[in-house]
Amino acid sequence: MALDRWIALILLGICIVYGYTAWFTMDAGLAPFMRRNPVWPSSFPKVLSVLGIAASFIILIGLEKGEEKIGEIDHRRLDDYFYGQALLLLALMVVYALCLRPVGFLISTAGFLIIGSLILGERKWHIMLPVAISATFAVWYLVQEVLSIYMRPLPTFITNLTGG
Amino acid sequence: MLEGILIGLQTALSLQNLLLVVGGCLIGTFIGMLPGLGPMSIIAIMIPIAVSMGDPSAALILLAGVYYGAIFGGSTSSILLNAPGVAGTVASSFDGYPMSQQGMAGKALTIAAIASFAGGTIGAILLMIFAPMLSSVALLFHSAEYFALMIVGLSAIAAFSGPGQVTKALLMTVLGLMMATVGEGALFNLPRFTMGIMDLQSGFGFITLAMAMFALPEAVFLVLKPKNLGDDGGEIKDLRISRAEARAIAPVIGRQSIQGFFIGVLPGAGATIASFLGYAVERNIAPKHEQAEFGKGSIKGLAAPETANNAACTGSFVPLLTLGIPGSGTTAILLGALIALNVTPGPRLMIDEPQIFWAVIMSMFIGNLVLLILNLPLIPYIAKLLAIPRNYLIPFILFFTLMGAYIGQNNATELLMLVGFGICGIALKFANYPLPPLLIGFILGGMMEDNFSRSMQLYGGMSFIWERPMTLGLLVLALVLVLLPILQSTRAHRNA
Repeated sequence: MALDRWIALILLGICIVYGYTAWFTMDAGLAPFMRRNPVWPSSFPKVLSVLGIAASFIILIGLEKGEEKIGEIDHRRLDDYFYGQALLLLALMVVYALCLRPVGFLISTAGFLIIGSLILGERKWHIMLPVAISATFAVWYLVQEVLSIYMRPLPTFITNLTGG
Repeated sequence: MLEGILIGLQTALSLQNLLLVVGGCLIGTFIGMLPGLGPMSIIAIMIPIAVSMGDPSAALILLAGVYYGAIFGGSTSSILLNAPGVAGTVASSFDGYPMSQQGMAGKALTIAAIASFAGGTIGAILLMIFAPMLSSVALLFHSAEYFALMIVGLSAIAAFSGPGQVTKALLMTVLGLMMATVGEGALFNLPRFTMGIMDLQSGFGFITLAMAMFALPEAVFLVLKPKNLGDDGGEIKDLRISRAEARAIAPVIGRQSIQGFFIGVLPGAGATIASFLGYAVERNIAPKHEQAEFGKGSIKGLAAPETANNAACTGSFVPLLTLGIPGSGTTAILLGALIALNVTPGPRLMIDEPQIFWAVIMSMFIGNLVLLILNLPLIPYIAKLLAIPRNYLIPFILFFTLMGAYIGQNNATELLMLVGFGICGIALKFANYPLPPLLIGFILGGMMEDNFSRSMQLYGGMSFIWERPMTLGLLVLALVLVLLPILQSTRAHRNA
């Protein structure tokens, strides 16, 4: 089965779960006075679930005909691409998300930019380090000082020590 | 009117106000380029500065400059990085980004600058002429018509997604609408589909989803298929538009300035609907061989949304200035600024404080002109972003993607959601599902449900569909838009 149909199957499952929630469970806790309204919180989701199930079903059974198009990347020839680097970068993003608060903006961002470049094959440390560090400080200054959006700059224990 | 124009010019052309327009445009352009900071956030940030000036005309002139600058800045990141920071510039990335990839970043930015200038200027002329009478037309649109208008917008996007792609686009739209129902809706005040997760109470963040569906998959695809972004960049500095290209986009700019303006007048419609509808209309009326170019770097596909969103921004000032009703989030913030300055917008504004009304209109002309003069020489430098080696550029794109989501919600969980949605976006892109309809569905979902629910409540059920002729007409149009291409492609496949 083609990848787009597998995805349609997954989306069909999501639409069924969404529809089940909308049709059978969402209104259970509805206050009696709200039940007299012509529109309930579940009204719009109910319509959407029907449309979603119908559309995924049409794709699944291939009702709409058209030429088969290969996307920008041919998923059947993944070995030709640098998927290792892509996976590592995604993992790095997760690590960054988890570290941002406890480690602080400055260290985690500089680390993210340096490790990101390293993953992609950059080895010119004399360029990489100043670029990453200066960009980190510039963005922090812009966001925190100019736009007044708070970002903890350093790890919590250092901030506590300095009384910040 | 002539007297008003003269009063407006006198106010807007003072040295202080000219400097405010220039400063506002520059600040707006540069901050608007950062994904996650759209016009609404920038104006909100600038309000304390504007209010502290004490002069309502000067404050509004500054804020209008910031507004236009931010819209243009948002287009820049859409075109160069495929990272639209605001909903109104999503459609600009459909053709702007492919143009950048083909080494035509300079040309794309020039077209965006000229189209924005034309859309904003023509919009300001229309505002001057039609403001008083349009305010009463806008009031004829009720929630049922808004609901139907949004259905038409969404159907048009699905319908023009290309042969064999209509159902996929429709499914993506529905998925976007479903995602918009997650969280506590304004109308019902009840948590829906949150699965007991606190972070989902306020729903998914727009920026998170936009970054996950556009910037993140794009950056990952750049990693998968290595190619230096600057490789094709021989023409980056080439800003020139040929005579044939100018002839091709001139009618698009003319049409979309008018259409965008009138859509902008409708409260709640705004730049987003205007840009998507503008794109869809131009694609639909283009000759068949040009239709295939849309989405692959068509200059018309870029000029249409760029013109329409600027014209709509101007149009959105009509209900604000003449009725005191903000038509969009941005104009709502502007209304707040006006009230803080002891100015009450409404039908009496033109009579009681004509210098404010006309100064704002005149500053729109000046702001657009300043934006064009400032940005055209800067374009080669802005476009140089693409010449940065991928080893540096890709981590930076990923970082700004993460920052956009973080700044918007100030919540680290949002970053994990971004990566999760990004992986889904990559899978959908692999399978050739169009991603823009999902985002558009998400953006319009909340407004659409509100209007649907209000209509249901007013009419006690679905009878609003057949009791309001304009609603019925719009819904029939939406149905035709979806069914026609499906039938056409099925028939073509059968004949082949």
